[in-house]
Amino acid sequence: MRLLRDARVRGGLIQIALLAAVACVILWIANNTAQNLSERGIRTGWDFLDRPARFPISESVLPYDPQDSFLWAYVVGLGNTLWISALAIFGATVLGLGVGLAGRSSNPLLGGLGAGYVTVMRNLPLIVQLLFWYALATAAFPAPRAAWEPIPGVFLTQRGIFLPALPAAQLALAVALGLVAAMLLRRWRAVGGVAVFAATLILTGATVEVPELRGFTFRGGIGLSPEFAALMLGIILYTAAFVGEIIRGGIDAVAKGQWEAGRALGLTDRTTLRRIILPQALRVIIPPMTSQYLSTVKNTTLALAVGYPELGLVVNTVINQTGQAIESLLILLGVFLTISLSVSLLMNWYNARMAIVVR
Amino acid sequence: MKYIALAAVAFAAPAHAATTLETVTDRGRLICGASQGTVGFGAPDSDGTWRGLDIDTCRAVAVAVFGDKDAVDFVPLTGHQRIPALQTGEIDILPRTLTWTLQRDANGIDFTSPNYYEFTGFMLPKELGITRVEDMAGAAVCVQTGSTTEVVVADVSDKLDLGLEPVVFDNTSATRQAFFSGRCDALITDAAALASVRATQAENPDDYVIFPATDYMDALTPAVRHGDNQWKDIVTWSIEAMKTAELLGITSQNLDTFADSTDPRIRRFLGMDPGNGTSLGLQDDFAANIIREVGNYAEVFDRNVGKDSSLKLERGANALYKDGGLMFPLTFQ
Amino acid sequence: MEHIAARPAPAKPPAPILRILFGDAVSALITVGVIGLIVMMLPVLDWAVFDAVWQGDAEACRAGGACWAYIHDKARLILFGIYPPDQQWRPVVVIVLILAMVVASLSPRFWNAGLALLWGGAIAVMLVLMKGGVFGMVDVPTAKWGGLPVTLLLAVLSLGMGFPLAVLLALGRQSNLPVVKGISVCVIELVRGLPLIGLLFVAAILLPLLLPSDWTIDKLGRTVAALTIFAAAYLAEVLRGGLQGLGKGQAEAAQGLGISYWKMVWHIILPQAIQKVIPPLTNTAIVMVKNTSLVMIVGVFDMLGAGRAAAGDPAWPAPFTETYLFVAAVYFAICFGISVYARWLERGVKRKSYA
Repeated sequence: MRLLRDARVRGGLIQIALLAAVACVILWIANNTAQNLSERGIRTGWDFLDRPARFPISESVLPYDPQDSFLWAYVVGLGNTLWISALAIFGATVLGLGVGLAGRSSNPLLGGLGAGYVTVMRNLPLIVQLLFWYALATAAFPAPRAAWEPIPGVFLTQRGIFLPALPAAQLALAVALGLVAAMLLRRWRAVGGVAVFAATLILTGATVEVPELRGFTFRGGIGLSPEFAALMLGIILYTAAFVGEIIRGGIDAVAKGQWEAGRALGLTDRTTLRRIILPQALRVIIPPMTSQYLSTVKNTTLALAVGYPELGLVVNTVINQTGQAIESLLILLGVFLTISLSVSLLMNWYNARMAIVVR
Repeated sequence: MKYIALAAVAFAAPAHAATTLETVTDRGRLICGASQGTVGFGAPDSDGTWRGLDIDTCRAVAVAVFGDKDAVDFVPLTGHQRIPALQTGEIDILPRTLTWTLQRDANGIDFTSPNYYEFTGFMLPKELGITRVEDMAGAAVCVQTGSTTEVVVADVSDKLDLGLEPVVFDNTSATRQAFFSGRCDALITDAAALASVRATQAENPDDYVIFPATDYMDALTPAVRHGDNQWKDIVTWSIEAMKTAELLGITSQNLDTFADSTDPRIRRFLGMDPGNGTSLGLQDDFAANIIREVGNYAEVFDRNVGKDSSLKLERGANALYKDGGLMFPLTFQ
Repeated sequence: MEHIAARPAPAKPPAPILRILFGDAVSALITVGVIGLIVMMLPVLDWAVFDAVWQGDAEACRAGGACWAYIHDKARLILFGIYPPDQQWRPVVVIVLILAMVVASLSPRFWNAGLALLWGGAIAVMLVLMKGGVFGMVDVPTAKWGGLPVTLLLAVLSLGMGFPLAVLLALGRQSNLPVVKGISVCVIELVRGLPLIGLLFVAAILLPLLLPSDWTIDKLGRTVAALTIFAAAYLAEVLRGGLQGLGKGQAEAAQGLGISYWKMVWHIILPQAIQKVIPPLTNTAIVMVKNTSLVMIVGVFDMLGAGRAAAGDPAWPAPFTETYLFVAAVYFAICFGISVYARWLERGVKRKSYA
């Protein structure tokens, strides 16, 4: 009895009991599942992954054909997920920086606009926003035959947004040369880079490909489907509000004295912001920003509400086609868990490093 | 002590698994999977009462089990949920315009008896001037995931080299909204469902044309959970009862005039000569009750999708074999 | 040592508004830009207000402009789904009850053990009201529940049941016992690493396979389970912030006085930890209200799902945009209302503690 009062012994016993309980629950679940599966004749196993998927995927960054395997269909879905995540994170960061700085602006009009934007976005569910944009994109724009052309070569229709495009190979070369030029130059980097970029395009004789109406819809150029456009718009507008708040919080966290010191040194406000405030704010900003980026990746699963074929929609379809719900959901959960946990680990490592710097 | 108890739970021999009939009887109600709304096949009307051909199939089973066509609850399911819901016991029957396919049959569900024969069709606005699949090259097609039509789109596009652009949604109403808003040139699903969509959801039904997507017909068949033969028999013969009643000329109106029939086949069917119902674990007069409460197949068809409905569909392939259709009532003996 | 209270800086005379807006080139540019943006938005106002159809039937709506007449016609369906119309007072009472409870719970005046009991009672009353079958109320199966009451019930149930779970997880994560800590960390990180849609899919499709075949939990119940575990993981992380802010001293002092662990948690640790994290807790609550809208994807008939179904009525010219705006307005009213009220209360607390 006295043994039980000893905190160490008691702790040990509690832990053994807990472990046993967890093990029992897991066994119980496994037992139920096995029994349910066999009783109901539900097929299990991973051999379906090699079979041809046979269902279509409406758009993808990776090449896909209905003859490809289910496994490849998953990979294509994951590719789409990562692609829209990357675009959304990039777009939201750029816009969010604007929103955050607007919120700090001394101009009351701009400040009010920034604050109002953040309030509206943060208090509306993302899925409602996505559905709203999608309804707008398919209802407000005209049919392809009556396409709306706000800028010559740019067509807005219910079938999507069609933009003029440059041939991919020449564009890639121009971008590469432009970047190299910008890195080599010491001054006028941006101007030099753009000049080299433009010169390459002109010298290689690249012609702009303008979309034109052929058959049911526009061909040529870059076409963005309404699903993709609504998803991008919705997710970027939504995420930018959160990013803006994080950036504003980071800037606020840097003591006011830093601004004043900058001014006392005769620096302009812009230089102070760039050289003094932002580097310090960044340390405060990065951890919440990482978790915001992670939730953006997770939020891309809402794409299935507007019919963009990211991993979630592909998994959904595979469940329908094969009936193998357990395996498909395990893949979905496994993929997101892998992304989340690896980013978390990376962040822990980063925080540990930053902690040494903060004395 | 706690974990010993838990271990006991975990390793205890599985309790006697109740049959579906026992579960349903204990519950006092039948639970039936329904769609998210296809008028004519299954949709709640403005009072929230579910109506439709598939709904009446469930009501027939409820009558067979309880003698009450209202002893049934309808659970609306999305495409990806309907089969898991049946497999896992959330619903007792899935009559939701479900095509009988090998892959489905082989994987955890059993099909009963077809209650509708249908081809897969495309619906397009008339103004496009397209009336056959071969002219559809490059068309955007709105598809609902979780149906056999996804595969049909890919197959047709492949076979005729049409380069169809599928636009896939996980939700029935989203698919239809996208089609009517002009997002797609065509909508693909069962032709009868297309007729329903056209009749009930188009601003002007005459603006749309429907034609078959393939040469094949599908058998839409209510399904039950795999492995419970008694329950499968009950559902099968409840459906057969409606078809057979049409063959024998028995309707909900004239049922009582058969009370003193001497035709042995009719006597067996209506349960006046005992044996049929009890073999299934039901009342002997279950078929008579189904006809009284729900009607025979012709009545159910006409009321929901046929001449007395807003869809005005022809019997076509769904006529009895003697009228040139595919419906073949099995023998109640 | 004597502390000198912080004093606000002497007030600067406010600059004239024109100088703020047009003081230098950059300010002027920004001002003109913002005004330009607002002017560009004016056609939206045209659509939403001046050209809008406020009354009348579907025919009137084909003219263009927002069709608010449709919202007027379908508000009942969007807010209450297909709940039997003659029983509508029941969901109305439920909504009022929930809002009253939320208003009461955010106010520190009511914070005591009684509140938890009150919540338990209120939730039971709400469920009985919705389901019926007793006291002469008609039985309404959960398949017929829909609209705003479902949205609010999902939020309240998941937060209400998630909170105690979150307390256990947060305490577990702080525990000295490696197994307890490990399990808590696993659960929290696992749930936070997954998208909510993934959890909802598991609940909707997989859960019945994992449980014994004779257990039947209906779809709404399984959805609540998924939302609960999700809420618990996020609340636990918020609470962890409060626990970490407390320092070890409090626990050590209590141990020194020989106070048992659970007594210490209940009387000393939790009240202080929760007090510290009220703003993020409110925030999580708002996030959960927004998150309930995802249940539409697994076919639960919440306000968004009901709105979508209502907009599918062919009698009206596909008023999806208006529907989503209406649903958005209701969400905004709830979420923004809660956050404004919580901030107002917070200011009250601060004022009192400085006084």
